[in-house]
Amino acid sequence: MSILSTGPAPLNGGTLTEEPNALKGIGLTKQYGGNTVLHGVDITLKAGTVLGFIGENGAGKSTLSSILAGIKSPDAGEMWLNGTPYAPTGPASALNSGVAIIHQEIKMVPRLSVAENMFLGRWPKKRGRVDTASMAEQAESALAVLGAKIDPRRAVAGLSMAAQQEIEIAKAILRDPSYVIFDEPSASLGQEETEKVLDQIRILRDRGAGVIYISHRLDEISAIADEILCLRDGRRAMAWDTGRVTKDQMIHAMVGREFVYAHQEPEPAQEDVVLEVDGLTRQGVFSDVSFSVRKGEILGMSGLVGAGRTEVVRTLAGADRADAGKVTVEGKAVEIRNVAGAIREGIFMVPEDRKGQGLNLGRSGGENMVLPWENTLTPSGFVTNRTVKRVEREQALELDIRGNLSIPVLFLSGGNQQKVLLAKWLVRKPKVLILDEPTRGVDVGAKAAIYEIVRKLAAEGVAIIVVSSELEEVLGLSHRVLVMAGGRQRGILSRDEALPDRVMELSVP
Amino acid sequence: MPTTNTIGAKAEPGARHNTGSGIGPEPLQARIKQLAKSVPGPVIGLVVICIAMSLLSPYFLTPNNLINVLSQVSYIGMMAVGAALVIILGGIDLSVGSTMALSFMATAFLYKEIGLPFWLAMVCGLILGAFIGLVNGLLVTFGHVQPFIATLATMFAGAGLALYITNGNPVVGFPDWFLGLSRTRLLGIPLQVYLMLLVFILAALWLRYRPSGRQLYAIGGNEEVARLSGISVRLAQARVYVIAGFLAALAGLAVGARLDSAQPTAGSASDLLSVIAAVVIGGASLSGGVGSMFSTFIGLLIIGVLNNGLTLLNVSPNLQPVVIGVVIVLAVISDRGNLPLKRT
Repeated sequence: MSILSTGPAPLNGGTLTEEPNALKGIGLTKQYGGNTVLHGVDITLKAGTVLGFIGENGAGKSTLSSILAGIKSPDAGEMWLNGTPYAPTGPASALNSGVAIIHQEIKMVPRLSVAENMFLGRWPKKRGRVDTASMAEQAESALAVLGAKIDPRRAVAGLSMAAQQEIEIAKAILRDPSYVIFDEPSASLGQEETEKVLDQIRILRDRGAGVIYISHRLDEISAIADEILCLRDGRRAMAWDTGRVTKDQMIHAMVGREFVYAHQEPEPAQEDVVLEVDGLTRQGVFSDVSFSVRKGEILGMSGLVGAGRTEVVRTLAGADRADAGKVTVEGKAVEIRNVAGAIREGIFMVPEDRKGQGLNLGRSGGENMVLPWENTLTPSGFVTNRTVKRVEREQALELDIRGNLSIPVLFLSGGNQQKVLLAKWLVRKPKVLILDEPTRGVDVGAKAAIYEIVRKLAAEGVAIIVVSSELEEVLGLSHRVLVMAGGRQRGILSRDEALPDRVMELSVP
Repeated sequence: MPTTNTIGAKAEPGARHNTGSGIGPEPLQARIKQLAKSVPGPVIGLVVICIAMSLLSPYFLTPNNLINVLSQVSYIGMMAVGAALVIILGGIDLSVGSTMALSFMATAFLYKEIGLPFWLAMVCGLILGAFIGLVNGLLVTFGHVQPFIATLATMFAGAGLALYITNGNPVVGFPDWFLGLSRTRLLGIPLQVYLMLLVFILAALWLRYRPSGRQLYAIGGNEEVARLSGISVRLAQARVYVIAGFLAALAGLAVGARLDSAQPTAGSASDLLSVIAAVVIGGASLSGGVGSMFSTFIGLLIIGVLNNGLTLLNVSPNLQPVVIGVVIVLAVISDRGNLPLKRT
């Protein structure tokens, strides 16, 4: 008997039945300070199934999975593992009981070999020395289960994110866990790499493991899940005992109200060309990229991870130097030497990694927003707290940022952080605004708000370039889509031509 | 997961004004806590130490003694300003002590041996200090040498050159007007104390209001974020090492005026460590992005008061560093819960 049923689930629907082949949590509650983030949640993960786990940022997904994986301990509630009480004292103890978690952010020691990373801290020993041969052998067989072609003896440094993700999964397989939690593994992967991860999850499931799969990408959830659990504000919002749930139903459960996800047609762009790029090349990274963006136009950039999209826009924004090529802004040839130079020409970039490249996490919202503009913020050149606060207020109003901006942005939700980052680059009006993965790791509500802002900016005449690994985002927002593969430009499609199949076709090198 | 739910917040437009700290069960208690939090930890530490010292020694709380504390730490203070700037930026400068010794030795040498007018020799010494800073800055920015290693190298080189100039002999006898820096008193306080305070105030204003100063927090917090915001990171780094070198040379003048001699062995390791200790006790983080001039000044006073008080209490000078060590650990541990939000 399952506590997962179609239709709205009762909030206290758990029973104390000891299921022999399941990881079960009953009435799990967690508080931080006076803030309850989990309100007595019940969860059942059956062996041999994939449980899709959805919910907005802050709904409690990560907290719940951390409790199951022994990283955090619940303030109330109990857990059962295969019919016996389960109270892990830490991630290591959870792993010993057979519960593994694969984190969104992969942490590896770059200089150590793949095998050494997989065995980190528990290297097999032979006569007191690390037994590299047996280590490599075991690593190889774990990687082979996934069909991954990675040499376990090479160093991790230089491997792609996708490969590192595979290593992380293989590492979990080594311990032969009966339950595996995937915390947004696809957040930094492209479409094809994600397909691969999904395949690997199916392999795990078919070997009898129970898998929790957390993702914001609802397509993936419907593709992989046998059951779906939706959390909202720390409570079970909805549960389905099938994976065949429409996107609208899932979104409805996540936000608790009807939600317009379908993209509307963008307003037509103007005639004048703002940015013209001709033969842009960075040796060994990308070559011969040529395109133009008109006033009010949104140009999407699509491609698989490693196609060179981010590298192209970074060069335009002055973060990297071009080896060849011509860049023209509003008819004037410009040479971009550094970020300050790009800013002078009106080319601003919202970088892909908001925590590593976009925001100073220890500083307030306002301090982050004024950072690029401090030299010209006031006529006297003195930056006062009052000026910073004024900018913060104006931008919060303009972009509808509802978090507390006077605390370090570290404490804001992903969506609000992304809005602060966007606000930082809208303190001055850009001619060309580059958005690299503008909605990575933000919840659906913030996502819709960001799309709204992007459309509004285009309507105001800003030329916009959107780089995204989410096909739906690129296709939904853009007037035209530039597709890259292997560091080369494969074509520019008009909105009508840019159908998912066609874009995918061009993306495959 | 203390995140703000964007969708949920839409229901209540006033949500933005919520401080996010939650409504405490006992507002009064919360308010007292808030008040206690707004007083920086090092200030509380300083007050506690001062009270303890004045109870233990009748001489401690006399105007003369307190002025004495200030003038004893004034040269450490000038160097601490430079060190704090470097540390906020995410670097470290080990060479301040030997730069102090070398630049004043050079001044003394140019005055006594070459016969330059003293004011010109002084300017040359200051320029030499700034130049050593520039070498540090260039090694760090363009040479990609880690700050610890770059300044370790210039520390050794500087200390060696300071001895080499006069073959290890001290130089004595300077113009009276220069000695006035230490001996002339305004309102009973020696001029060098005013000079140190001026340095602190200028640095604090720069850090708080000028873009080129505020940038240090951004660079120390996350260099890549700063670079992608259009900040010239290398220029800012080089500039700060130059300032640190210049201030070390300035500290050299203060020491020279106090001792009326140029000692090649001035700027010993314990001076360097006192400088870094002042910055760290003030709450700066060696990983960068955190720290302020006010808290560095408090850290400086803590060191000064401890050294002075322990001497008054006849504690062996060999034991005094032990107390400083304990205080550093206490300061860092008590600071851990605070947010890296506070500035000057």
